[in-house]
Amino acid sequence: MLIRALQDEGVEYIFGYPGGAALHIYDAIFKQQKIEHILVRHEQAATHMADAYARATGKPGVVLVTSGPGATNAITGIATAYMDSSPMIVISGQVPSNLIGTDAFQETDMIGVSRPVVKHSFLVPSVSSIPGIVKKAFHIAASGRPGPVVIDIPKDTTDPGITAPYEYPSTVAMRSYNPSVKGNHRQVVRAVGHMLDAKRPVFYVGGGVMHGEASDRLRKLANTLGFPVTSTLMGLGAFPASHPHWLGMLGMHGTYEANHAMHHSDCVIAIGARFDDRVTNEPRKFCPGATIIHVDVDPASISKIVRADVPVVGEAEVVISQMLKELDKQLARSPDRLDRAAIDDWLARIDAWRRQYGLDEDARLEQPRDPILPQQAVRALARIAPENAYVTSDVGQHQMFVAQHFPFQAPRRWINSGGLGTMGFGLPAAMGVQFADLGASVVCVTGEGSFMMNLQELSTCLQYRLPLKIICLNNQALGMVKQWQDMQYGGRHSHSTYQDSLPDFVSLVDSFGHVGLRVFKHAELEPTLRQAFSDKNKDKLVFVDILVDPQEHVYPMAIKGGAMCDMYLSKSEDTLADS
Amino acid sequence: MRRIIAVLIENEAGALSRVTGLFAQRNYNIDSLTVSRTEDETLSRMTIETIADDAGVEQITKHLNKIVEVVKVDDLSEHRHLVREIMLVKVRAEGLARAEMKRMADIFRGQIVDVTTSTFTIQLVGADDKLSSFIEAIDPNLVLEVARSGVTGIARGTRTLRIK
Repeated sequence: MLIRALQDEGVEYIFGYPGGAALHIYDAIFKQQKIEHILVRHEQAATHMADAYARATGKPGVVLVTSGPGATNAITGIATAYMDSSPMIVISGQVPSNLIGTDAFQETDMIGVSRPVVKHSFLVPSVSSIPGIVKKAFHIAASGRPGPVVIDIPKDTTDPGITAPYEYPSTVAMRSYNPSVKGNHRQVVRAVGHMLDAKRPVFYVGGGVMHGEASDRLRKLANTLGFPVTSTLMGLGAFPASHPHWLGMLGMHGTYEANHAMHHSDCVIAIGARFDDRVTNEPRKFCPGATIIHVDVDPASISKIVRADVPVVGEAEVVISQMLKELDKQLARSPDRLDRAAIDDWLARIDAWRRQYGLDEDARLEQPRDPILPQQAVRALARIAPENAYVTSDVGQHQMFVAQHFPFQAPRRWINSGGLGTMGFGLPAAMGVQFADLGASVVCVTGEGSFMMNLQELSTCLQYRLPLKIICLNNQALGMVKQWQDMQYGGRHSHSTYQDSLPDFVSLVDSFGHVGLRVFKHAELEPTLRQAFSDKNKDKLVFVDILVDPQEHVYPMAIKGGAMCDMYLSKSEDTLADS
Repeated sequence: MRRIIAVLIENEAGALSRVTGLFAQRNYNIDSLTVSRTEDETLSRMTIETIADDAGVEQITKHLNKIVEVVKVDDLSEHRHLVREIMLVKVRAEGLARAEMKRMADIFRGQIVDVTTSTFTIQLVGADDKLSSFIEAIDPNLVLEVARSGVTGIARGTRTLRIK
């Protein structure tokens, strides 16, 4: 019954791991051909794979785990998807209904354990309720602000001996769940009015532009107005990095020009972003002179951290289309309303910031140097990786270096754990992306710390012949932790280093049946990366272990408690002198 | 500021835990919470009493609305409204105190709903501050047990909380 409903929902893959309470379901999977089941090595990886599959395609990823430990192992992945609003369906086997509450073998209250990190959850009460619940679960996961939905399914409700009439519903109607799609017209009119009056505007876009498939519309709106665009970590790729009005990422490790543009702006147009603490720095000092327009599909995200002057609740694509229409109307009425000269001055000011402390201004990056700087490795990767490659990452310094130095041109190409910051995400995420787009080039940029959190999946990669390219920026330490310890804890590296006990990654991946390469010297960097992406290794998973400078910090970095423009620029410079 | 929030929610297993979980998870406080059936058996009605400023209550109502089972939310404190609470108090009522306790119950328009040779159980209905005043007005040594229902509320006038 369950598998039939999933087939009718058009599910391609289930990422999962079997166990007692899920055995009826696994038997049903065995007897069919339509859905391919991907056997992982740990349930957490299954959730990251499904999550990344969803991020690459926009379609909910599906996970199947058993009760108890299977379910609890899935929690980190569910929380990861929840924080980044990724649509996912997690089906967890449960002990038979008559044993629930008795502390039965492998029993966990999955509904209770997962409650704070799901968009919704269902405990299946009967066989006949399955099709309706599956339909609702997919609808809830993918609509409005997307998120993970858990279906906890007691073993007796999957018993093939119990039958019920099957009919898959074609539509869903829920009186209690009707997310807004279209923005309030009056607010759209006000928003466009503010944009036309702006002298120092900036678009601040986030993951909502991806989920809302609004990149094309965003580009149209930004081009029509000639406004600069910055994005959050989750929004990278929503606006092409090659565009002259692109400012790079904003926030804690955002660019100098993006954070200064935000701070000095008179009109911030936030679309599908949530004013996360990693963006705003101290909210009371946030964008002091700006009118804040905030477009988001989730009303609870609006005015949560920063009060919005113009709140617009709706889907990004729909609201931007409304804005474009309204813009035409208002421009037709008064064609000279937009102060182009002021905007040009503003863009020139931003350019001056960029020339002063932009990421390209770091002279060290162009010089061959040993040990290799991690930024150099990322820039070399950007030159060598196939155009339009997907890049996943783990969490830490390497993640920030990619966000800063890898120019993403298209949406849904940059897949990482932003909200929860889950180490161990990168490898399974790359696997999920590869399943979503079998012919695509998929790169996982990781660090040796993160990689060791889910490396068991190298075995899954061999089983399904996934030709991933894993680029490990190996600094022999938990780099971001160490950076904070350097900056705030007097350089006391409490439990952030383990140089003497790292494995030989090349022989490690070799033992899993893959190709391992190592780079010590700058001169080897590009040739080795080329080798990784060469035709010879086209069908193979290649792991490139790049030994990078362990002393390097990620800059710029926000100064805690300051405004967005307050940043450390290097180990010896900060912006406080300017202000 | 004290807020009274009324919520209509699907009468389904687990719905209540999502509401209480939300308050715990987002660090909102609950001063009192009442839940009951409604005339429509598919719906429950909750009244939540909380302390929050304007921005806080806006977030609370938005997050309540985000819960999939929640059908409607109304911050009653935004408009004129009534709140009522019921309290059952078991008091020692012996000797001289017996007549005195009866008088106090009358003053507060309470009813004595259960009697033994040594105790009264007094029922009081009213706005919650009235109930507190009663407790303060009687000798604390005589109070044996207090059971309060938590507040429930409704908007004054023609305003209603119902699904169309």
